Parts: sequence; structure tokens; C-alpha cells
Amino acid sequence: MSTTAIQPVPFGRRVKRFMADRPLIPLIILLIILVVILQILRPGIVNERWIANTIKFAIPLAILAGCQTMTMLTGGIDLSIGTVATMSAFIMATQVVNQDPAVAFLLAMMPAVLIGLVNGIGVGVFRVHPLIMTLGTSLIGTGCLQVYQRTVIASGARIPDFLAWLGTGLTYGVPNALLLFVPLAALIVFTLSRTGFGRLLYAVGDNERATRLSGVQYWQVITALYVISSVLAGITGLLYIGLIKAPSLSLAEPLVLPSVAAAVIGGTSIFGGRGGYTGTIIGALILTVLTTLLTILQMPEGARRILFGLIVLFVTAAYLRIVEER
Amino acid sequence: MTSNPLLDATGVAKNYGAVAALRNASLSVLPGEVHALMGANGAGKSTLVKILTGAIPANAGRILIRGEARDIRSPAAARRAGLLPVYQEPSLIPDLDVLSNLRLTSTPVEPFRAWVRELGIPDLDIRDTARDIPLAVLRVLDLARALAVEPDVLLLDEMTAALPANLAEKVLEVVRRQGDSGRAVIFISHRFVEISALCDRATVLRDGETVGVVDIVPGVEEKIVELMLGTRIVKTHVAARSAAQKAVPAPARPRLSVHNLRVGTKLNDVSFDLADGEVAGVVALEGQGQDELFAALAGSIRPSGGTIEVDGQPAKFSHPIDAIRAGLAYVPGDRAEALAMQRSVRENIALPFSAALRNWGPIAMRQERAKVVSAIERLQIDTRAQGEVQRLSGGNQQKVTIARWVAADTRTLLCFDPTRGIDVGTKQEIYKLLREVAGHGKSVLFYTSELEEVQRVCDRVIVIFGGRVVDIFPVEEADEPALMRAAYGLPRGAKADIGILADPHCSSPESASSSASTSPGATP
Amino acid sequence: MFFPGEREFIGFDFARGDAMSHFLRRQGWVAGLFVLFVVLFIITRLIQPAYGSGDFGSLVRAVLPYAFAVAAQTVVVIAGGIDLSVAAMMALTSVTAASMMSGASEEYALFVVPFVLAMGFVLGAINGMLIVITRVPDIVVTLATLFVLQGAALLVLDAPGGAAADWLKALISGTVPIPGLPDGIDAWLPKALLLLIVCLCIIWIPLRRSRLGLSIYAIGSSELAAFRSGVPVARTRIIAYALSGLFAAFGGLALTMSTGIGAPIPGPYLLASVAAVVLGGVALGGGKGGLLGPIVAVFVLRLVRTDLTLLAIDPNLTAIIEGAIMVAVVMFGAFITMRSRQS
Repeated sequence: MSTTAIQPVPFGRRVKRFMADRPLIPLIILLIILVVILQILRPGIVNERWIANTIKFAIPLAILAGCQTMTMLTGGIDLSIGTVATMSAFIMATQVVNQDPAVAFLLAMMPAVLIGLVNGIGVGVFRVHPLIMTLGTSLIGTGCLQVYQRTVIASGARIPDFLAWLGTGLTYGVPNALLLFVPLAALIVFTLSRTGFGRLLYAVGDNERATRLSGVQYWQVITALYVISSVLAGITGLLYIGLIKAPSLSLAEPLVLPSVAAAVIGGTSIFGGRGGYTGTIIGALILTVLTTLLTILQMPEGARRILFGLIVLFVTAAYLRIVEER
Repeated sequence: MTSNPLLDATGVAKNYGAVAALRNASLSVLPGEVHALMGANGAGKSTLVKILTGAIPANAGRILIRGEARDIRSPAAARRAGLLPVYQEPSLIPDLDVLSNLRLTSTPVEPFRAWVRELGIPDLDIRDTARDIPLAVLRVLDLARALAVEPDVLLLDEMTAALPANLAEKVLEVVRRQGDSGRAVIFISHRFVEISALCDRATVLRDGETVGVVDIVPGVEEKIVELMLGTRIVKTHVAARSAAQKAVPAPARPRLSVHNLRVGTKLNDVSFDLADGEVAGVVALEGQGQDELFAALAGSIRPSGGTIEVDGQPAKFSHPIDAIRAGLAYVPGDRAEALAMQRSVRENIALPFSAALRNWGPIAMRQERAKVVSAIERLQIDTRAQGEVQRLSGGNQQKVTIARWVAADTRTLLCFDPTRGIDVGTKQEIYKLLREVAGHGKSVLFYTSELEEVQRVCDRVIVIFGGRVVDIFPVEEADEPALMRAAYGLPRGAKADIGILADPHCSSPESASSSASTSPGATP
Repeated sequence: MFFPGEREFIGFDFARGDAMSHFLRRQGWVAGLFVLFVVLFIITRLIQPAYGSGDFGSLVRAVLPYAFAVAAQTVVVIAGGIDLSVAAMMALTSVTAASMMSGASEEYALFVVPFVLAMGFVLGAINGMLIVITRVPDIVVTLATLFVLQGAALLVLDAPGGAAADWLKALISGTVPIPGLPDGIDAWLPKALLLLIVCLCIIWIPLRRSRLGLSIYAIGSSELAAFRSGVPVARTRIIAYALSGLFAAFGGLALTMSTGIGAPIPGPYLLASVAAVVLGGVALGGGKGGLLGPIVAVFVLRLVRTDLTLLAIDPNLTAIIEGAIMVAVVMFGAFITMRSRQS
């Protein structure tokens, strides 16, 4: 540790430390490489429209990955975000038929808050492992949604124009979704770096015992965190329904695994205490481009899942090595 | 002394990163011998035991068993080599019954039963789950299990700790007979009574080195204490604080008052006061209940009896936040316990600021920075690598753990061995800081495993042994030999009276003090 | 996320007392579960007097894949770990078996069965090796393999399909004909139950009696004590995951046998397995419990579902109630372990 100043540092270690210190630069390089490969495989594909499209699809993923980033900072994970996003999207699309949009919005956000609260209490008070807890609430949520679906089956569904405008619209070639995403991302980055709550997320994930000795009450932090994560997932659901425009009972489910992968690729440690949201955003972009690439290569859905699973495993293992070598 | 040693370890060394836990330890055990292994806290006893029993590999050294070089890579290999340990915490699998535990280690059942009866437990049900068996019995079963395979060398770590008197007696008897039958026992103990009654020779470790091997004869405990302390005994008096530095006279009402505090089985009865402007030392051997005392004062565990009063008001802590609100902050000795290692110095120091719900909002960065910088300056923390606390040196890390509470302006610090494993310069700075804190009318409770620190820092010393306060010294009388004796539960008083086996004719005060400066038996 | 001492916590504290026999002390929880099962069964008969042997047979067939999933989870949890890839492993082995048997001869299935079982064993062992070698926590490794196995299942079959040999399907339909037994009793012995008992016993009973079995309990109970007792901790952990893979492969085969096809999307077996393990008296954290408790627990959970259906409750509502029960059970288990750790 202390001898590094005197001895020449081996190149491999220097690279590792660089990666650990500035994960953004290699990530951006990776993103550029992927885009270049895409351009080589399909010359001319990379144009203004493609970029706008990529951003549109990357944004919902990036917000969900933000939920994942925050929970992972505390050493947790939130697998219920897919269900939460689906629920709020579905409720919005069906309630807006008969209700005022504002009322529909409130109704749509209710299950999100509720599931977040249950997750937070389960993890923070009862100390259930977050993975099991969020998986459980997501199953219950899906069940509730199925029951709900039968009650509204007659009334049909409608995508509010505003959401469609936000999800798919372009203004001067720039996706409207950025109107929502940019302030949201700024808020997340600010919360993580400049607020007491953000500090605590990192500290709890790094060393829960130390935070306890400093007077932090774990359950408060965790409950607040999972509620925030769920609310963000609910908002993502509304955005996503505007993008996909077809409400279904498994709308956002396929985004769950990529959201974990995006956060991991972005340099957030699944063990907690390290990471940030900017890396996650780039991670989401990388995954979106990678998906395009795999589609062009005609890779089936199965291969994509295998690849994402391996990415999570290898990045985690590599990260563990980097940390251990110091 | 003519026969070949059963076990002969020489030049054993072990490093953890840059820290040397063992430098040059040697241990030679003859057949038919009960051999004591002694040393103060942190001298390297437990590291040596772990190496001998295959729990960790050594960096250097040679281990001969019956004259044959053996490479002990795992506990299983140690077993095959005929070396069996009985650790302080029983190694029976808690959720298996006794019989399954025997099968797991391929221990023959009948000899085991015989030993269990021999050791004074007539009514053991072998189908009982280990978890349901009281700790004391469990330790005896662990011993019986080891005896049943007739090991060449039996390694007993604080075997009689936590045993009631009748069981302890039986155990000692069996251990003595083990020696008579030509096998060897390595006996680790803090209790001079047992060692003098049981052992033939003793190997003394200090700072990771074997500093002497002595025959156990009447009056030898003086010499062992000297060996354990080494040359430090000479300089303590020089370094003692002058009277001018002493604390202001204690006010009428103590800042912290502890009455008959009990925690589980470890802490039995502790009472003391702590005044504003005072640094009170706590001295104890490992595992005498000091961990529980500090944890109870810090709000980490709930005491099972007794009271804690803060400023005359009774206090009940159910979470560290309660203790912090009462102005008591705990600084653990293990820095990994207190620091978010991947976070910056600043975030670590500012951590208590954000703890309360109302402080979760935006941070007043400039204000926070001012507080943090002033704490950093006061502690002279080297912040060249402040991006991540884990890149700081151990001493600087420790300073960060204290700086956190200096920045928070806490009234009472509970420092648990804050200078463990850090360099001399930083130690001096921490001493100075603690005195300074006391000088500002705050108070410090300071547990230390290094006795020489007592006279540099403390105003009073509370000595704990077996979960009880055995003595409270004013600092003037708290020189190292006196503290060492008190910590081992030996009575305070004239040196001639110390020895359990003391023979007043051969152990006069003169001979004791003259031998102290020369440290006979110390190997270079 | 994990602390060294975390594995040493205590699960259910059984009643003590010298008057009670060892059997009751150890199996008290399981006996209670069994009583619960009988009570539920009586309730079922009260709700639906026509509930008979045929319904019991279909209950057992429905339980079969769950029971194997639970067995897979139990082995790993006893060893102090958790396996999130159970359901995905079942999906993969199921589609593999179904696609191999599709269009093949009846005899070919004789090869398929051992092949699929071996595949489960090897994939499970790989899970264990990844955990031991990378030192990434088990929950993360098995989460990653969950995705990988899911992907692999989709590669084998991208939609439900394939086929199962007739003799395999016949293996779990109908009852066991025992000569000399009156039909009335014989009807309550479905073949599926026999198959379940045989498959579990063949593996579990020799394991329980071997040193390996003891070692699995030992590393779950206290890794340090196990290491000091000379248990090869890494090897034992790998074998525990391999056995979990093997049981999951049985579960996959059971799925194919009962449906006649293979489905690449994993069923709700993961949470169900964790809930049944907790309800069955196996402490999350390891070292405690046996296989019988979780198996009885899974019967209890399925029977609750049957009762809800018989009460004419909306099947989707049933799913919610079932999910809520599972989450409540898991929370209760976590609460118990937390309390015992504090004391």
C-alpha cells in the first residue's frame, strides 16, 4: 500500500487502478468501439435518426438502472422494478380511459409506493435478503396486476397523448424523453454526491457496522431507498408505455436483467459502497448499442441473456480482484 | 533434556502485508513435558498456534515432528502429524450431535466416552446437539475428543478459562498425567497458578519473537513477567507524565458513572466513574470482558444488569445513536470496524453529521469542509491519499476514526486500543491528542493492550480481570510490572509477596529490580 | 453483505426437556407440519366432500417438480448457501430432455434420463466452483448463472415444445398396484408419490449417513469449526451445489414427465423453494434441518392452493395469497434468525 510511491508499479496494476479510479473513460471508449463495429457491419446505420432512437430506448433502461445503482450502493438489489414499472404503466393506460389524467397518475403511482415500502421494511427491519424480498413482492405484484386486469378488461386501454409525445416524440431531432431524463439524472447525481442521504447510501453499503457506530439507523435509510427506487420505477413505466404503446402484463420485465448489467458495467459494485450514476448511464447506452449489434448479428434472445449473465459474473469477479489487490 | 524433542519449530515467521505478526519464533517440546507458551497480548501466541495447527501457512521457518520435517498445510494434516489443538472457542459443529461430531473427525467413540467420564462428566448423552450443551462442558468434550485419538502433542489454548472449579481441576489432572505418559502438551494460559502447578518449562514470546525458555521453578513468575515486558520496563519511568500535565481536579458529579455493570457471562461486575477532563485507562488481558464493557457503553449491546449514568442521569442505550446523543462516542481498535474504506477521508469524518433523519438533505459543503479541515489539521492527518481511506497508512486511518468525533465535538471518547498496530510517531500524536481533548474538559475512557501507554496518557487506571474490576490505580503507581501483575490477577503489594509459589528467601526486591534491567534469557 | 459471523446464527429453537424423546425434540417441527397437513386435508374434505384419491394423485403430480426444487434448495441452504438458479436449471434440463426425446424412440429416453441428470450435476458443480474460485458471494454467482441457464434454455427451445417418452409419462400417472391391498387404500398411493420418495431416498439417505453429509451440515453450521475439524470446506461446498443441480435436474425431468413438453421460461419454483425450505425448519444460514420438513412444507403450501381453488377464489387472487404467504414465511424466517443472533 504505502510502498507504491517508491517501487515502480507494474503495468497491470496501474491499469487496474486506473480502471478503478476513472471507470468512465474506458467505458466511453468501449461505447465508441461498439458504435464503430456497428458502422462497419452495417455501413451508414449510424445516423441522426439512429442516435435519437438509441437514446430513446436507452432512457427507460438508464432510469431503471438508476434504481439498481442506488440499491446496489447499499449492497442490495431491486428485482421488483420490472413489475412496478409494468403495474404503473398498465394502471395509467387503463385508468386514463375513465379518469382525469392527474387522478390516473396518482392511482398509477400508488402500487409503486406500496411495493417500495414493503421492500424497504422487509429488507431494513426484518433483514430479508433484498433479492428474495424484491422477488417476492414482484410475484405478488404480478398476481395483483392479473386480478386488476380482469376488472378493467371491458373498459380497454389508451395511451395518453402526453406520454406518447414524451416517449416517442422528437423536437428538432432531439428525443423529448430527455426533458424528463436530464433533470431526473441530475437529481440522482446530486442526491448521491451532495446530500446526507446519498452519503449514507455509500457508507451503509461500504460498512454497515461503521455507520451504526456513527449513529445511522439502517432501517430508515433502507426504507427510504426502496421507496425512492420503486417510485423511479413507476415513473419509468409511464415513460416506457409512451414508447412501446402496447400495455401488457410483462411490459418492463425484460428490462430487469439489463438494468442490473448496466449498473455493474457502469462500475457500481454489487457489494456496495462504490459506484455512481454517470457510469450507469453509459452502461445503459452500451447495452442498448450491444442489443442492436446482437440483433444485427441475428443472435437469439437466449444468447443475449447468457451474455448479460456472464457480464455480471465476470465484471463482479474482476472487480473483486481489483479491490483485493490494494 | 537428553531425549529428542517431539516438536521442534524454529525461525517461524508470518507477515500480514507489511505487519509482522511473528518474526522469529521457536518452540521445542520434549516428550513427557507440559510446556507453557506465554506472552503478552499481541506477542504472537495465537499466530504461532495457528501455524502449528495448519490453520494458516507460515512465511518462513521449519517445523520438525519427531525429528522429521513436516509441511502442515491444513488442520487435517496437523491431525495426521499427531498435533491436536483445543481452541478457546470449541470446534464442535454447533448443529451436529456429539456422535456426529466424533464421526466427522474419525474419533473412536469408546475412548472418548472414557475420557469424558475421566474429566468429570458422568452423564453425557452422546446424542445431544452441541449447541444445547453448556460452553464449559463443550470445551471439556473438545478436550476429550482430542485425547481420544492419543495425539503426540496436545495444544491447549486457555483450556481452563470459562470452566467451573471442579471441571478445571479434573482437566489439569488429566493434562498432568498426559505428560507422565510420554506425550507432550503445549499449554497456553494467562494464569500463573496453573502454570506453576502444571508445567515443566515455559517459552516466552514478545513482539513475535521467542525471548526465552525457562524452567518452572518457584519464583519464576517474576522472570516471566520481565521477559514478557522486555527492555521497555526501564524507560517507563522516564516517559511518565509530569504532575503539571495532570488533569484538573475532578468536579463533584462524574461525567459517566457505571455501577455493577454486567453483560452476558463475560462482564460480571464493573463499577467506576469517569470525570470531565480525565483520561481513565482500562487494562485487561484479552477477553476479560473489556470488549463487552465498551460495547455496552457505546450502545451496541444491551447490558444484562447494572446501571450507566451520564451526568447523573440514568441512561439506557438501545442503538449507538442513543449513546452518541448522550455524548459518548466509540472509537474501535479495529479500523475496519469504523471506516467506510472505499470512501474519502472527508466523507468518513463527516459521517456522523448525516446520520440523523433531519440531516439527509443537501449538505452545506463549505461549512462541512471547514469542520473537516480543522479536524484534519488538529490530528495532522496525512491527506495525500484522501480519495479512499483504505489507501492511507494504518496510523492515518486511526486518526480519521478519532477525527470524526473531534469534528463532532463529542464530550466523551471511548477509545478501544486506538494505537494497535500503528507506528511510534502516530502513537505519540494520538497520546498528545487525547491529553488535549481532556485538557478541553472532555473525558476519555482508554483501553490499551500496551501497558507502557498507561503512564503516557492516563490519569487513572482501571484493571479488569475475569469480568470484574480488580484494582484501580492512580497513575503514579501504574508502572508496567505493577499493571502486568494486576492484569494477571496477582495481588498488589510488595514485590516479595507476589509469587504464588514465592519463596521469600530467593526472591527479594533487590534481585528482582536488578535483573529487570539486564533481561536475562532474552535471545538476540 | 456477508459477515464472517453471519453463518453461525441459530434457526428455530426447539423445545427442550428431558422427558421428550430425541425424536420429538429433533422432529417436532416436522411433526407439527405433518399435523398441519392432515388438518388441511380434513378441511379440504369438509370444503369438498368429493375430494378423493384421484384429486390426491393430481396434487402429488403437481407437487413433484416443487418437491425436487425444494430438495435442490435444501441441500445448498444446509451447506450455508443459497441457489437462485434452481428454477432456471429446471427449465434448462426440462427443455433439454423434451427436445432430445422429441421424435426419438422410447428406448432413447433410457439414455436421455441419465444424460440430463448428469448435466444437472455438472452444471451445479460449476456453480459451486465459480463460488469457490471467484470468491464472489453465492447469491451473486447463482444470480448470474440464473440468467445464463435461462438463456441456454431459450437456445435449446425458444417456445414450449418437445415431447416425452410414453413410459416416462406413465411413470407418474396412476397408482401403484400392490397385490393383496384393497383398492380403496391402493388408490391413495399414486405412482408419483412413490417416484418422489424413491428418488429422494436413493440420494438423501446414503448422503445423510456418510461423512460427506456430515461435512455439508458442518460447513453450514460453522465454517470455522468445520475447517478446524479437518473438513475440506471448498470441496464440500462444490459437492453441495452439484447435488443441488442433480435434484434440479430431477425437477426438470418431472416437469417434462407431467406436461409432456419442455418450457424454457422458468416457473415460480425459486421463491417457492426458499419459502418451503424456511417453512420446513431449515434455517437460512445453514447447518440445521433435514429434507423431510421442506418436503412436507411444500405439500402444505400446495394444499393451501388447492383449498383456495376449491373455495372458488379467483385463481389470480390465489396467486397473490400464495405469494403473500411465501413472502410472509421468508420474512418470519429472517426475523427468527435475526432475533436469535441478537440473543
